[in-house]
Amino acid sequence: MAKKRIVSTTINGDVTEFLCEPRQTLLEVLRDTLHLTGTKEGCGNGNCGSCTISMNGRPVTSCLVLAVEAEGADLRTIEGVARGSALDEVQQAFLEEAALQCGICTPGFIMQTEALLAENPDPTEEEVRFYLAGNLCRCTGYDKIVRAVLSAARKRRMTAEAAK
Amino acid sequence: MPDNAQRSYKVIGTRPIRHDGVDKVTGRAKYGADVMLTGLLAGAVLRSPHAHARIRSIDTSAAEALPGVRAVATARDLPDQGSRMVELGEGSVNMRHLSANVLAHDKVLYKGHAVAAVAADNIHIAQEALKLIRVDYEPLPPVMTVTEAMRAGAPLLNDDVVTQPAGNAEALAESKPSNVAKHFLFEKGNLDEGFARAKHVVEREFHLATVHQGYIEPHNATALWHADGKVSVWMSTQGSFTARQQTAELLRIPVSDVKVTPMEIGGGFGGKISVYLPPVAAILSRKTGRPVKIVMDRAAVFEATGPTPGGVIRVKLGADESGKLVAADAWLAYEAGAYPGSPVGAGCMCIFACYDIPNARVEGFDVCVNKPRTNAYRAPGSTQAAFAVETVVDEICQRLKLDPLEFRLKNASSEGTRRVDGPVFSRVGLVETLQAIGNSEHYKSPPGGPNRGRGMASGFWFNVGLKSSVTATIGCDGKVALVEGSPDIGGTRTSIAMQFAETLGIPVEDVHPAVADTDSVGYTDVTGGSRVTFSTGIAAVEAARDLERQLVSRAAELWNVPADQVCYTNGVMTAPGHKATFKELVAELHETGEPLVGRGTSGKANQAGAFATHLVDVEVDPETGKVQILRYTAAQDVGTAIHPSYVEGQIQGGVGQGIGWALNEEYWYDDRGSMRNATFLDYRLPTCYDLPMIEPILVEVPDPSHPYGVRGVGEVPICPPPAAIAIAIAQAAGVRMTELPMAPHKVMAAILAKSRPGNGQPH
Ligand code: FES
Ligand code: FES
Repeated sequence: MAKKRIVSTTINGDVTEFLCEPRQTLLEVLRDTLHLTGTKEGCGNGNCGSCTISMNGRPVTSCLVLAVEAEGADLRTIEGVARGSALDEVQQAFLEEAALQCGICTPGFIMQTEALLAENPDPTEEEVRFYLAGNLCRCTGYDKIVRAVLSAARKRRMTAEAAK
Repeated sequence: MPDNAQRSYKVIGTRPIRHDGVDKVTGRAKYGADVMLTGLLAGAVLRSPHAHARIRSIDTSAAEALPGVRAVATARDLPDQGSRMVELGEGSVNMRHLSANVLAHDKVLYKGHAVAAVAADNIHIAQEALKLIRVDYEPLPPVMTVTEAMRAGAPLLNDDVVTQPAGNAEALAESKPSNVAKHFLFEKGNLDEGFARAKHVVEREFHLATVHQGYIEPHNATALWHADGKVSVWMSTQGSFTARQQTAELLRIPVSDVKVTPMEIGGGFGGKISVYLPPVAAILSRKTGRPVKIVMDRAAVFEATGPTPGGVIRVKLGADESGKLVAADAWLAYEAGAYPGSPVGAGCMCIFACYDIPNARVEGFDVCVNKPRTNAYRAPGSTQAAFAVETVVDEICQRLKLDPLEFRLKNASSEGTRRVDGPVFSRVGLVETLQAIGNSEHYKSPPGGPNRGRGMASGFWFNVGLKSSVTATIGCDGKVALVEGSPDIGGTRTSIAMQFAETLGIPVEDVHPAVADTDSVGYTDVTGGSRVTFSTGIAAVEAARDLERQLVSRAAELWNVPADQVCYTNGVMTAPGHKATFKELVAELHETGEPLVGRGTSGKANQAGAFATHLVDVEVDPETGKVQILRYTAAQDVGTAIHPSYVEGQIQGGVGQGIGWALNEEYWYDDRGSMRNATFLDYRLPTCYDLPMIEPILVEVPDPSHPYGVRGVGEVPICPPPAAIAIAIAQAAGVRMTELPMAPHKVMAAILAKSRPGNGQPH
């Protein structure tokens, strides 16, 4: 077995160090070592998007990132989306639009949506569907997810307007 | 009794935020794979590389010697089951087969069949150890299709399976081992006379691929064998009580010695009822004295769990001059997979259920093949049947030049129609779904444009009742802790809490629903058969009524008035000279007496059945054969929609799965019986880029057997899509698809065949 490495990262704003084997994925370390189990594993090979997190501002499937690659990275997971105990617009919209059934895909969808809205605050339905096509949901037929994303975008734009 | 005419419900029909929602959008909800326990070991399962082979020997010594390995298990660690059958909630199961499916005994019957398991300090060591296990296999020829398996002299999968007759089928004279586990026959009227009266007869044969339920969360289980012999299991399951019973029977320990805690479940669709991992984790825990967690990888989920059967269906329909169906004949052979138990019986009962046909006959065969043991998948057996029958119905309409909607209205089943297998429908809403489609905006606007077509299809599913238990405790602040035994896969905590709140006249936010382990709530059957909102709903209504009775008698005591002068309505208790709201009363009662605990059970009520009619517009690319769904409308009789958003969600989700089944999902096998697309990328569920918005139309024909008229909604929406899409393709491209999935290469082949001279498709 290769020697363990120390990796220093920032996770959800907190400086976090962990010990890992070179073969461990970031997903495994988040879940098993750091107990951040909100990030889900649906496939382990990049096909389903359940394990999506933000790494240096970009969405990544954490099952395809080695934990050692996270050295120096700024990570954000589903646990870091709400502001304290207040849900953010995307989380709130998923609840209001009933965009989850079993909920296993939800953290991944929310993280991917956060990335979409950071890039494109006013997406069309087509753009939403294209951006979320790497996230699988087997329960909803996506209809309510797409509506939730559009509604969150709207709300966020209104909040931004009001703040001007 | 339900009264559809403008009911004045306060809670039912509203759209509250689900109680478990916040935990699910913040990542706090605990699913099976999230279980962490002190001393937890990681388990991994060795799986067969062969589709069919005899196991000569297994040598685990090298694996056991690997540092960090704590235990290795094989079928030798499972107790002998003899040949006993056990009733497991959804029918009786041959325990030897169930046991051999969990860990192969002397034969492996599909690629991915579990052979041995390891518990180690971490998953990487466990996986390394699997590579050190030596299994000596004697490969046997795989049998991959029902046609091959039914052929005389086909290699035999199970030497203890003989063909069992069911319905009107007769037992075979000599009972020798066979791949055909069951033979169904249902008859009604006189078939020959019926066809003699028919003016138009259409007969077609359909071929169906094996598909998977495709839940995103892999199977998982964590087990701890306590020093006193009791076993605790944490897992994702659709039925904690059936998981408990299966686990106990497989380990041959008393049922009540097993406690199953149902964790949050990431989808099931019928595939998370049968157990795979809990007995294996339990054995490893017994050997190590530590808890063991096993989580399947995606390839194992595809190769060893799930699938719903492929097979062959032949349908022959006859209609008279006026467009009335007069005779129907069907022949269905479904893959059981490795061990008996395909839903072909249900397929036989569903195939003609949408139509009132005087003369009919259905024959079905449950056929073992070298694929994973098939499992329920959303209206199990009905989607395949609907694909076949609805396609033939459309061809009959084309022959008769009859409008498909009119034809269906003329022949639709309704209250009093007798199904071919015997039962007579009570109040059902097929006609209403047809009318709803006829009145829809979609129906009135033609698809337009070249290469476009429209298809309509109906579907049926039984819906079941079965047993549920609920307890409800009123707290001193007037909020209620509602404990139920139904794992919540899609918002049923809320649909149950809403019925409770409606009955007791309190806000749904004041009800806190929780799904409890098998020691903490009364027996409850699986979350399946579209039964939870119906049956657990009845139990919740009963619990509320129980509490209401207690509140009335306690108020009478408190106010010193006769109980019959106390009246409780809309959350307010009144008696001559007295009045108190629910909360005021509860606060007072809390000070003055015993706790208020209500209980409710259900088990007698059965559902009337669910119908749906769908309308779809497609565009077929004539260059590639790719089918794009342009517009989709789904009308369904939902009884009473308790939480309309989640009812819509069930319909949209079912349609999404049906579209995947129609257009691209299938198990690809090579000639060695090995699945070649056991990843999400290659199996390819629909993504959100593949689908349009899906418009649900909720038709409310209350089911008389439920106090609020609830009808299960979860399953029937998957039935019509493949048929509706096939019909739309026929209109768009002029080719009749008789094979699922209707993937681009198959549609293209049909288009090319049609354009070849003298090679026209049947019309
Ligand atoms: S678990 Fe990472 S993409 Fe599926
Ligand atoms: S809600 Fe179940 S997979 Fe998306």
